[in-house]
Amino acid sequence: MTRWFLIFMTALTLSGCGYNDFQRLDEQTKSAWSEVLNQYQRRADLVPNIVATVKGEAAFEQDTLTKVIEARAKATSIQVTPETLNNPEAFQKFQAAQGELGSALSRLMVVAEQYPNLRANDGFRDLRVQLEGTENRVTVARNRYIQAVQAYNVLARSFPTNLTAMVFSYPPKPTFSVQNEATISAPPVVDFNKK
Amino acid sequence: MLRAELRLSLTARLMAQKFLAGGWLFGVACVLLLALAPALAQLAVPALSSHVIDTTATLNTEQVRQLERKLSAFEQTRGAQVVILVVPTTQPEDISSYANRVSNSWKIGRREIGDGLLLVVAKNDRKVRIEVAKTLEGAIPDLAAKRIIDQAITPRFKQGDFAGGLNAAVDQVMALITGEALPVPTAAPEGDGDGFQWMDLAIFVFFAVPIVGSVARGILGPKLGALATGGAAGAVALLITSSLLIAGVAAGLALLYALFAGLLPSLGGSGRRGGGGWQTGTGGFGGGGGGGGFSSGGGGDFGGGGASGDW
Repeated sequence: MTRWFLIFMTALTLSGCGYNDFQRLDEQTKSAWSEVLNQYQRRADLVPNIVATVKGEAAFEQDTLTKVIEARAKATSIQVTPETLNNPEAFQKFQAAQGELGSALSRLMVVAEQYPNLRANDGFRDLRVQLEGTENRVTVARNRYIQAVQAYNVLARSFPTNLTAMVFSYPPKPTFSVQNEATISAPPVVDFNKK
Repeated sequence: MLRAELRLSLTARLMAQKFLAGGWLFGVACVLLLALAPALAQLAVPALSSHVIDTTATLNTEQVRQLERKLSAFEQTRGAQVVILVVPTTQPEDISSYANRVSNSWKIGRREIGDGLLLVVAKNDRKVRIEVAKTLEGAIPDLAAKRIIDQAITPRFKQGDFAGGLNAAVDQVMALITGEALPVPTAAPEGDGDGFQWMDLAIFVFFAVPIVGSVARGILGPKLGALATGGAAGAVALLITSSLLIAGVAAGLALLYALFAGLLPSLGGSGRRGGGGWQTGTGGFGGGGGGGGFSSGGGGDFGGGGASGDW
């Protein structure tokens, strides 16, 4: 009898200490993370098509193109598992690689503006729309991941649920940040003399 | 805010007594930080009142009514919810993040299906965006959305023909959604909206009137209380159904009920008759006809799909 009572009490205190909340929020961050990966994958899948189209333009800046190809190779070579979420270092590495691919791609798109043939190319225009849509989805997915992690981390850090987190080892999860903070906080240089 | 600052400065004082200058500095810094906390300068999400929301008065009443009729008819036959929002600007936000924020807070689209679409026009920014819920991303991929913007919207917007552009865009959007095999709303016969209102009214009569009636009678006495109950019932019925006839009937019923309950106190206690067992059976979206009464299905999930353009 006492044993059953003890078991019952344990179950009650466990749910009282947010054990179930941890399960729920942990699962939520994982699914939000999967969506982020999903959208990054979608972007990586677009790159070969974009590269192939741009290569058709004979005089295209080779430097920009190779940067995109390299960045994609690097980004897709990183193995991502659900464990990445609990490993801030791997997370940073993944984020940096994806950020690099993102900036290489946006540079490519800017450069492509200077090639009238490319701009008039229907296939390239379609790819550009798809890339835009994918980048937008990446943003939304990252946003949702950030929100999910926020809810989880608040639980993992605030008292008394932090004790539950300690006992069952639910450490705070890493979240996205801006990679190029220094570049962004520097004021832009405006120079009208350059032609 | 003020109280929090007060409490903070109090704690700062306590700390100062213990840690002298260090504590003071910390407290002052905290209060300063609190005061400097930046206000989030985002545009508020407008209330979802109908299929066509124009905050810039670009469209005239007839154009709004025409679009509204088209969209609500489409919702009744196909179920998908398409909403047009015209705002002066989305600054400081990008139109895509604004559209995503608005659509996710409205959650347009049927609850179980999530088939919603939002068309945002930022008139002074000269930008337009079609935001597509995840369910409809197959029917309207980004390329199709971009094509609609490029072919239907921007050429007309350039000439200042906003109504024409929106109409053409809505036609194409509806054609694309119709091509997708989504479940159509289950049997929405004539007077479906009426059924909803009658049910609300019935619930109100059976549950609220006895409670309100007994309270009113307790405060105002039997006759005055009954009169107040009747008046209140009529007013609420008028609000729900916007029909004077129904409101009058409801007021009369409530008045009679409250009077009788007052005369026979034993009945007032057991005033709730077995009134359970209503079933709506419909998809569960409030789709009143042309006269407003539009509400979101609450199922749309917007993951950033769609396309933007400018003119």
